[in-house]
Amino acid sequence: MVKFERFILENGLRVLVHEDDTTPMAVLNILYDVGARDENPEQTGFAHLFEHLMFGGSINIPSYDEPLQRVGGENNAFTSNDMTNYYLTLPTSNLETAFWLESDRMLSLAFSEKSLEVQKNVVCEEFKQRYLNQPYGDVWLKLRPLVYQKHPYRWATIGKELSHIENAKIEDVKAFFKKHYNPQNAIMVVGGAVKLDQVKALAEKWFGPIPSGEKYVRNLPQEPVQNQEITEIVKADVPLNAIYKAFKMPGRMEAGYPAIDLISDILSQGKSSRLYQNLVQQNPVFSDIKAYNYGSLDTGMFVVEGRLSPEVKPEEADELIWKELESLKSEPVLPEELIKVKNKYESVKQFEEMSLLDKAMNLAYYELLGEANLVNTEINNYLKVSVADIQHYANALFSREKSTTLFYLAN
Amino acid sequence: MLDRTIEPAFQQITDIHFIEAKKHLLSNQIPVFEVNAGEQDLVRIEFIFQNVAWEKSKPLLPSVCNSMLTEGTHSLSAAQIASKIDFYGAFFQTEYSFDQSSLTLFSLNKHVAHTLPIIKEMLTASIFPEKELNTFLRNQQQKLKVGLEKNSVLARRSFNRALFGDSLYGYPYELKDYDEVKRADLLAYYQEMYHPKNCTIIVSGKIQEETIAHLEQLFGSWSTEVTLKEFNINIQPDEQKWHDIEKPQALQSAIRLGISTVNRTHPDFMGLQVLNTVLGGYFGSRLMANIREDKGYTYGIGSANVTLQHAGFFFIASEVGADVCGATLTEIEKEIAILKTELIPNEELALVRNYLMGSLLGSLENAFSHADKFKNLYFYGLGYDYYDQYIQTIQNINAEELRALANKYWNFEDFYKVIVGKM
Repeated sequence: MVKFERFILENGLRVLVHEDDTTPMAVLNILYDVGARDENPEQTGFAHLFEHLMFGGSINIPSYDEPLQRVGGENNAFTSNDMTNYYLTLPTSNLETAFWLESDRMLSLAFSEKSLEVQKNVVCEEFKQRYLNQPYGDVWLKLRPLVYQKHPYRWATIGKELSHIENAKIEDVKAFFKKHYNPQNAIMVVGGAVKLDQVKALAEKWFGPIPSGEKYVRNLPQEPVQNQEITEIVKADVPLNAIYKAFKMPGRMEAGYPAIDLISDILSQGKSSRLYQNLVQQNPVFSDIKAYNYGSLDTGMFVVEGRLSPEVKPEEADELIWKELESLKSEPVLPEELIKVKNKYESVKQFEEMSLLDKAMNLAYYELLGEANLVNTEINNYLKVSVADIQHYANALFSREKSTTLFYLAN
Repeated sequence: MLDRTIEPAFQQITDIHFIEAKKHLLSNQIPVFEVNAGEQDLVRIEFIFQNVAWEKSKPLLPSVCNSMLTEGTHSLSAAQIASKIDFYGAFFQTEYSFDQSSLTLFSLNKHVAHTLPIIKEMLTASIFPEKELNTFLRNQQQKLKVGLEKNSVLARRSFNRALFGDSLYGYPYELKDYDEVKRADLLAYYQEMYHPKNCTIIVSGKIQEETIAHLEQLFGSWSTEVTLKEFNINIQPDEQKWHDIEKPQALQSAIRLGISTVNRTHPDFMGLQVLNTVLGGYFGSRLMANIREDKGYTYGIGSANVTLQHAGFFFIASEVGADVCGATLTEIEKEIAILKTELIPNEELALVRNYLMGSLLGSLENAFSHADKFKNLYFYGLGYDYYDQYIQTIQNINAEELRALANKYWNFEDFYKVIVGKM
């Protein structure tokens, strides 16, 4: 159980407070409701590049990292297709420094040309390190545009291509800040050995004076229902053939999400899972295979990916994946199988509560989904899932005409 | 009016509280250490064994033996082990490191009575079934094939080999080594390694009396005829300092530089930790400030001191644009030279002291992290006074002492230098 209190400043900033006196540390987490899905198709990768620029100095504070490190703190951030999340931890006694730093960069950045130039290079190197200079690194750059025709999920967080990052201008940076980085589009969580009244006072002092800005109204093109199978083959210098298979699925808060999430666990969580038992252990078709979903807020992706054993033909391996999916459609799962994945879900939740930072991030994330208390109650939606639900959603999900398959083959 | 240019007052961290591990012995003398803390009704139980042997002709035995613990026992198949553990929402994890091999259980307290017996099976009755073994070896071989396509992996292999030669610490596994693993050898190694005289148990979380009673009941009468032998790592460093692997298609080059130093038991180690932080041990470090934040050559660069039971070393690692690899090496050399000739300014040193204290405090988040701190001490024969001294060092070491350490340990000509990609 993660306890919390919530208040909202006049400028629209939502603040959640989680008191946990078992730690001498405090966490300040700010989630901005902007991700790669909000980018202009001609300027992809921008939300992530912008995340880097948030560390390049703000209007009144030339360096973000240095003062934080001086008070014993650490920070980081990540960008996804849906959101951008910044977090820092520091000794509770120095909590005010966190408010000082975070409020100044919500007020305004320094918009330094030097910082933009350098971070463009850094992000281009990140692009190379993680997506281009790795075996299979570019698979999502290739697969996303096959799965999505209309929705901006068709590009990856890092962007479509290096040139989009290289071409970023300081005016674009300013406009992006104005549009997305203001109190109305943010959720702040403060956790640790803190008190509600103390957080209220600090929030009023440092964030209260920030103008509320304009509320960004999201209006994204929604993805049409797919009714034709898509298959593509790419060849690259990789040691093993691989298959990536994607199905569009309900968004994070839509009906069916918990059941489908549990389907991925039945297929691939742990060595007792179906894909491992049937396609790695008993019949060694794959050296590695897994199923997962992206947990996207809009229409998401259910993915099965596997690396093939030598001598196995890709099309045969593909049919064996289908066989596993078909069996979920035609046969009810065993009751023990469903209990098993629910137990695991429950246990993972407990282990997550060991970490203050995880708790703070989860509160912000669930608040974005609509209500922070989902962190405590969402489990009920999982426990309710029945054997019939699993079969129902497997049928809704897994059909040839709704599938997209990428064969990533060795040269 | 709020003046946002003025930084709020802050406090130095002076007090860091460690939850000390409490020791008791099972009837057969297996030491059990308990770190009891936390609100969640769960527990982590680690069974740790010292690595006892290594041969170049069978280099994979220790690691394969460890991974295969989960793959079948006299009474349970791999699938049954996995199903049972998964059914109770528990996790287990095998971990092979340079000095130890371990099997760890993460379980909700309410299920320990069901999950712990499975661990006992794995530790006392593993049979390394042929079919599972073949599957495992084949998959590991495939994984290695993918790994060998990564410049950073090649750089790490080449670096460790240069530093430690063909020893447990340095040998880079080859694809063919997987063909040499035999079931009979695994069974023999298992007998030699996984027995009560070589076992340490560390329990952390919200520990219940019943859990400790279960440990005694399941493991207290575990016995062995094996005697522990002395094991020498037999390190053989390479004479050659420069190692490059040319990859004409590379967009980036992986760089790994470093040198043998000392481990945690040496009095200089704590000071070297502070010195390393200044150079490349945190986001604001000199290497990050220069090579990422000023030049934009890389997504990240860092350095670290690595401590092993029988060695210690220092390394710097990065992946940089292929066109700026040479420039990066020049900058690294320059930064090291500055630390050897100039004194670290007071303001920077003060920041690093505070950062390290905050980082130590923040690393003590929960019972598991307190147990991890204990392991850092126990396997080096150190007591909790080590951390008192470490805090003293962070707070008091001066710039002259740090410069002296840089001169004593960081002779750039003697560094091993590994580049994979384009020079």
